[in-house]
Formats: sequence, C-alpha cells, structure tokens
Amino acid sequence: MTEATGIKEIIKPENLVYKRTKIMTDNVLSYCPGCGHGTAHRILAEIIEEEGIQSQTIGISPVGCSVLLYNFLDIDWQEAAHGRAPALATAIKRLLPDKFVFTYQGDGDLAAIGTAETIHACNRGENILIIFINNGIYGMTGGQMAPTTLVGMKSSTSPYGRDVKLMGNPLKMTEIVATLPGTYYVTRQSVHTAANVKKTKKAMRKAIQYQKLNKGTCFIEIVSNCPSNWKMTPVESNKWMEANMFPFYPLGDLKVPAEETTK
Amino acid sequence: MEKELRLMKGNEAVAEAAIRAGADGYFGYPITPQSEILEYLMVAKPYETTGMVVLQAESEVAAINMVYGGAGCGKKVMTSSSSPGISLKQEGITYIAGAELPCLIVNVVRGGPGLGTIQPAQSDYFQATKGGGHGDYHLIVLAPASVQEMADFVGLSFDLAFKYRNPVMMLSDGAIGQMMEKVWLSPQKERSKTVPEWATTGKPPTRERNIITSLDLDPNAQERFNQKLIDKYNLIKEKEVRYEEFQCDDAEYLFVAYGTSARVCQKAVQLCRADGIKVGLLRPITLFPFPSKRINELADKMKLILSIEMSAGQMVEDVMLSVNGKVPVYHFGRMGGIVTAPDEVVEFLKSKIIGG
Repeated sequence: MTEATGIKEIIKPENLVYKRTKIMTDNVLSYCPGCGHGTAHRILAEIIEEEGIQSQTIGISPVGCSVLLYNFLDIDWQEAAHGRAPALATAIKRLLPDKFVFTYQGDGDLAAIGTAETIHACNRGENILIIFINNGIYGMTGGQMAPTTLVGMKSSTSPYGRDVKLMGNPLKMTEIVATLPGTYYVTRQSVHTAANVKKTKKAMRKAIQYQKLNKGTCFIEIVSNCPSNWKMTPVESNKWMEANMFPFYPLGDLKVPAEETTK
Repeated sequence: MEKELRLMKGNEAVAEAAIRAGADGYFGYPITPQSEILEYLMVAKPYETTGMVVLQAESEVAAINMVYGGAGCGKKVMTSSSSPGISLKQEGITYIAGAELPCLIVNVVRGGPGLGTIQPAQSDYFQATKGGGHGDYHLIVLAPASVQEMADFVGLSFDLAFKYRNPVMMLSDGAIGQMMEKVWLSPQKERSKTVPEWATTGKPPTRERNIITSLDLDPNAQERFNQKLIDKYNLIKEKEVRYEEFQCDDAEYLFVAYGTSARVCQKAVQLCRADGIKVGLLRPITLFPFPSKRINELADKMKLILSIEMSAGQMVEDVMLSVNGKVPVYHFGRMGGIVTAPDEVVEFLKSKIIGG
C-alpha cells in the first residue's frame, strides 16, 4: 500500500468523527489558549446547524471577552451594550415571535451591570435562551473581580483575595433565576471535558425545543475557566475550576419542566 | 378615510398617533409628566388590533435597549420619557445612533437638574441637540408646539428615522404633554410589511448575515464611520430644516422660540405690535438641524434678536452662532418649571430696546 492510498483509506466518510460546522465562520477566534468560550461557541454553532434553524436565529452578543462573537457564528446578530442583552432579546422575540432568540453573556455582563435586565426578562418569562458563561472574573478588561469571583479568589481588584467584609459575596444568579416563575428550564453545565461538552450540548438542544413551546425563559450557565487571568495553564485552570468553582457552583439542573420530571 | 377630530392631551395624542402611524412597538417606563402615553396604550390594547407590542419595562435603561432590539429588526419602535428618564436612556441612545437604527424617542421635558421638578421646562435642549450620550452623533430633533403637532410628528419622526437610519427625538415639554387641545387624527395606517435589507430577522441562505453593532476596533475604520455619520448629518442639515415664521416680513426685532415658548411669544408679538413695536417670531420646528441660515438672513434687517426659552439659555448659543455677530442677541426665559408669561417677554424686550 502506498502512502497516498493510506490517506484515502483514512479520509473515507465513514471514518469521519469530527468536522467543521458550517455555522462557524472563517474568522480566527479572539480567545486565549485553553479558554472555554471557543468550545461553547462551537456547541452553539453545531446545535444551530443540526436543528436547521440558521434562518430562524437571532443572537445577541455581550460586552466582555465574547464581544466579537458576532464574527464567529454565521447568523444574524445584534451587539448589545454591557448587560442589556436580555432587554434587546425581549423586544426581538416579542416583535418576531416565531424566531429563536438567544443571548450569550459573561458574568460581569449578566450578573453585575445587567442584573436588572436578567432578572426581569426571566421574571416576565420571555421566551428566549440566556447562555451565561461564568468564569468568576472580568476577562477582557484584564482580570478584575467579578460578581461571581469566589471568596478568597485573587484578581487585579481583589489582589489579596476576595474579602467578604470589604467586597461582598459572590452572586449565584442561576439559583436566583431558578426561583422565578418565568423561567422554564435552568441548568448549570461546563465544557471542560468531552463528557461535559455532551451534556451542555444536550442542554442547549433542550432549550431550543423548549423555546418553541413558549413556556418561559431557558437559562444555561456554563461554569468556565480563564487561564490568562487566573494565571494558570489551561490544564491547571480546569483542575482549579473542578476543585474550587464546582463546589460553590455545582453542576446540574436547577429547574426542569414539570412535564419532564413526571416522565 | 377622513381625519378624526378629538379633544386630547398632548401625551394621549402621541399614543393614539403611534397606533395610527402603524408603529410596531412601544417600550416605556412611568415618569411624570408623560405617563399618559403608556397608560393610554395599555387601555387601547393595540396588540389586539394592529398587533403593536406595548411593554412596560423595568427601567428606562431597559426600555431604550428594547427599542434598540426592535429597531435592529427593522421595526417601527419608540419610547417616551421625561428628563431624568431621558438621562438614563442616553447610553442606549448613543448605541442606537452608533448602530444607525431608526426609532422615535419622545421627551416630555420637566425642569432639572437632578430630580428637579415635574413642571414644564426646556432645559434639555443641549442634551437633545448636541448628542446627549458619548461620542460624535446627533439626533434629528423635532419640537412640537401644539397637541396637533405632537400627533403629526409621530409619523414624521418615523419617516425621517427610516429615511436616514437615525434616531429621532420629539422634544416636547410638560405643558404641551399635559394640555388638552383639539387634534385631527390621521386614519389608521397598516403596519409595514417591508423588511429593510440591514434588519436582523434570521439569516436566509440568500444573503450575508446582518450584524447590528456600534463597535469597530480598527481606528481607521471607526474614523471612516465617523465621517460617514458627519456626511449624513450634513445631508440632514441641507434637506430637513423646518421652521415657521410669524409676522417677520416688516419686523425690526425678532423672537426665536420653540415649543411652549413659541406659543407664549405669539402672544408677546401681538402685545408688542399693539404698542407699535414691530416684532416677528421665528419658530424652529427642527432643533437639529437648526434653521441657522434663515436666522442669519433675518438678522440683516433686525435691530436685535431675543431667544426665549424656559431654561438658563441653551438655544441662544445656536442663535448666536447663526447670527454670527451681526446684531445683539439676548436670552430671556423662566426656569424651574415656570412658564414664561407674554408680558414678561414684552417687558424684557422693551428694556433691551431702551437699554440698547
């Protein structure tokens, strides 16, 4: 067997286990090595492709590391001011009720400056999907303390560690929105292992199905890492996340539709 | 269909006109003296007739961002508020201007600064005409002087907003918003089914994806965009100046006043003329673009020009720039929510004629 025929054997369609989703554009991702954003983007892109909803989807990108998200997925986008994505999504969904509308927001965007917009969109039960990437830090501005920064965790604005007396407590937004009658499906996932990627993808697929039912807001938190601002290697950051973030932000469903639980 | 005659508050007229203009959405938050707009819409329930979305937001900040979202879908959307609420909306307004989205923002002005008063004022002129939020931008600013114009300017605002892809502000005040007058209402217009090619409605295979954003990290591209905005504003200055003249033909003195102050000045012109003082009134209808050229022309035959505003003197700066030193320009007006009385205007003019 020559080398050329060997490659031909390997690239047979039945051997294909991984390919580029058409919804991802050719633009180079603007993220640091090891960051979870790229994986979360890809899951979202795959779901949009697999569900065949590209022409039905309107995304709202945030202010933060994923501010340029609209460059990476080949769908219609609106870029919101910091924290305001759920307000945009509210109007878009109400004016175009047949469309799939989602926001993608970081912890500073969603849980600090956008707290009011998040809570009220969820409380009204807007039929949108909110994807919340929580890495406990302001990444784009260079590693400042976030509303979700853990107690004792160091950042450029909590250089000696988060001191509750001085800086208050980390905010569990996902737990808060799960208590609101307007939310339909609330879950917390991660994308740091293949198994977790699968679970997150399953959650996103559910959220898209649920949005068609018009029964309320779907909210997916993805606990993620920030190797650059945590000042760790990607592998170290994932280990640190498992050891420190997951105990405070435990993975799993916080609210599932009543119909699902009785099944 | 014929027009319908009704007796209405200015605020109610805005709401009814919005439904009839075929607006797709209104997003508001209560604040005196403009809450009747949201109240009227909630009673009228246009979502059951025309399909117009009406929503009470959790804040002015959320309301203007809902307008951003709706406008980004190419829909005819609007919000309304009064001065402190308009300050809160400035973030959203600058993003809307930066993303070149069409919409209508109604400001029923009350006295400030801060919480100020709930009584009428014209002290938001700078904020309305010079940008208001951060960055180089302008709104198209219309100044109604009657309940009729509060109704008529809704449709006009949407037309201008979509023509130029630019936010339009209707700069009213607590007096015009609250007072009742007869108003001829236009017949119901169908909501538009046309989707602008830039709107985000879901990307079909037939076109590139649409992105609504005001972000450009490349300084050269951002500067080109700034230049594009300037070119647009220059075109607006050339094409869209609107004003009204009252007894200017033989006038030796000129009042410049908009909105409620223009109504006051009409009476002041009559009082002056009864005393043998030949006064005319120029009423800017668009505050941006400002009728600078016409004021400059009129200055040639005036002895002095008096800018009358319910503020500490804001529009007077644009009058001065327009007159460019040809004749003396003065400001007069009450503040704090007090409407200037016609005889006060006459007395001030007389003092300047004698003193001048």
